[in-house]
Amino acid sequence: MNKPQSYPFAMRVMHWLMAALVLSLLFAGLTMVKSLGPWQQQLLAWHKAMGLIALLAIVVRLIIRLRSDTPTLPASVPNMQQLAAKLTQLGFYLLLFVMPLSGYLMQNAAGRPLSLFGLPLPSLLHTDLALYGLFREIHGWAALLLVLLIVVHSCAALYHGLIKRDGVFRSMVRK
Amino acid sequence: MRYVLFTAAAGAVVAAAVYAVTVSGRAPVSAQDFVNLQQGDTIQMGFRRAHANGFCISGEFQASGELAAYSSAKALQPGSYPFIGRMSIAGNNPTAPDLRAPVRSLALTILPDTADQWRTAMNTPPVMAVATPEKFYQQLLAIQSNTVPQFFADHPETAHFLEWRSHYQPSQSYATERYHSINAFYLVDRQGKRQAVRWAALPLTDDAGVIADEEAPDALQQEFFNRLQQGPVRFDVQFTLATANDDPADATIPWPETNPQLSAGTIVIEQASVQQEGACNALNFDPLVLPAGFAPSADPILRARAAAYAESHRRRAREVLMQQFAGGANE
Repeated sequence: MNKPQSYPFAMRVMHWLMAALVLSLLFAGLTMVKSLGPWQQQLLAWHKAMGLIALLAIVVRLIIRLRSDTPTLPASVPNMQQLAAKLTQLGFYLLLFVMPLSGYLMQNAAGRPLSLFGLPLPSLLHTDLALYGLFREIHGWAALLLVLLIVVHSCAALYHGLIKRDGVFRSMVRK
Repeated sequence: MRYVLFTAAAGAVVAAAVYAVTVSGRAPVSAQDFVNLQQGDTIQMGFRRAHANGFCISGEFQASGELAAYSSAKALQPGSYPFIGRMSIAGNNPTAPDLRAPVRSLALTILPDTADQWRTAMNTPPVMAVATPEKFYQQLLAIQSNTVPQFFADHPETAHFLEWRSHYQPSQSYATERYHSINAFYLVDRQGKRQAVRWAALPLTDDAGVIADEEAPDALQQEFFNRLQQGPVRFDVQFTLATANDDPADATIPWPETNPQLSAGTIVIEQASVQQEGACNALNFDPLVLPAGFAPSADPILRARAAAYAESHRRRAREVLMQQFAGGANE
């Protein structure tokens, strides 16, 4: 069976929408933990709501991914790079689950109520300082790891798109 | 070769990002700067960076319902609601002598573990000395460098705070102090109408209390624990409504005593415990954890409190987590 040249439309749309969402969430998160500005609370509320949407989005995306036929990298890509690409993808899926889940759980452990558009959400943990510490640190460090992964991924994509021109970049852009 | 180029490019992007986030330009005062300044040179592992010395309390808030017309919040409808709270003194040292502290606090989380919870952290001064986080940071710097008189002279808005301080007499008990929300908030009714308010916990006892040892780090704690043996300690929660003349965003100016005042109910403190064993230890008394029916004012200090408290909470939670890891490894 021939592999497709490009990712299916649904996956391409999810990829770019989530790229925008995740970048916004990361910048909002990294800014709001430092800022004393009066807009900080608004950003925080927005970050929580959008984070929950990102959790729904990654679930949907994983389902689409598992049901889709995805292109393979061209044979011209060395084995080490093939492996690196697979690990990067795996890392993205993992971190995109870890980020919203740790965010949710750290709010639970801090005893803070959560709601999505006014609808109260259940608390899955009891209030506990060490548990808060665990999920707060996971949330913070996973965010930095995600930033690093995005940098590596973007550099590799641009390398394929601008220098190699081997169709890898195109596979996420058009049919 | 292409690996080298790739690595160099990736490295350059990371370096640029780190530079942009951390050192570019003149960074405004951050939550981390604040907490660094508050915690001082000696880190008290696992303790709050400000108001480190304190203890946990619990009991119930008996709401009168007098404020129910102004707010849809459950805690302001008639009824009895449990709370977890904390009494503390200002400072970063958990073993500082209670009676030497210039500020005392009463913090409450009413209706904990529910979507209706209302957190408030109240202090003995009724007003802030300055109105912005940047100036408050300068005030803390002035305290550290012993230039407070100069700071007050340079900031005329400190006049009301100084006026209060000039005739404030610390009492012999946490039970006989007045604790103020300092910042203003809005009450929001079911139609969405907003009313700016401040509130205060006013003592309901005139029993002055007995201090056994004035120099004891926990002199006030001992007094309070002894007092609770005789029965609950009560405070009246009094709300002051703003008029058109009051600016809810400026915490340096007291509101006139002629403003309407309503009693939201009574805080009944029934139990107390040392903080490491109490339910209050896991809580960050962030004054912006507000239920529906409350909204924050535009006061920049109020907004900054939430960010600084969150950083303090993160640090001590991390330390307690590490202590648990270390404890587990040693067993």
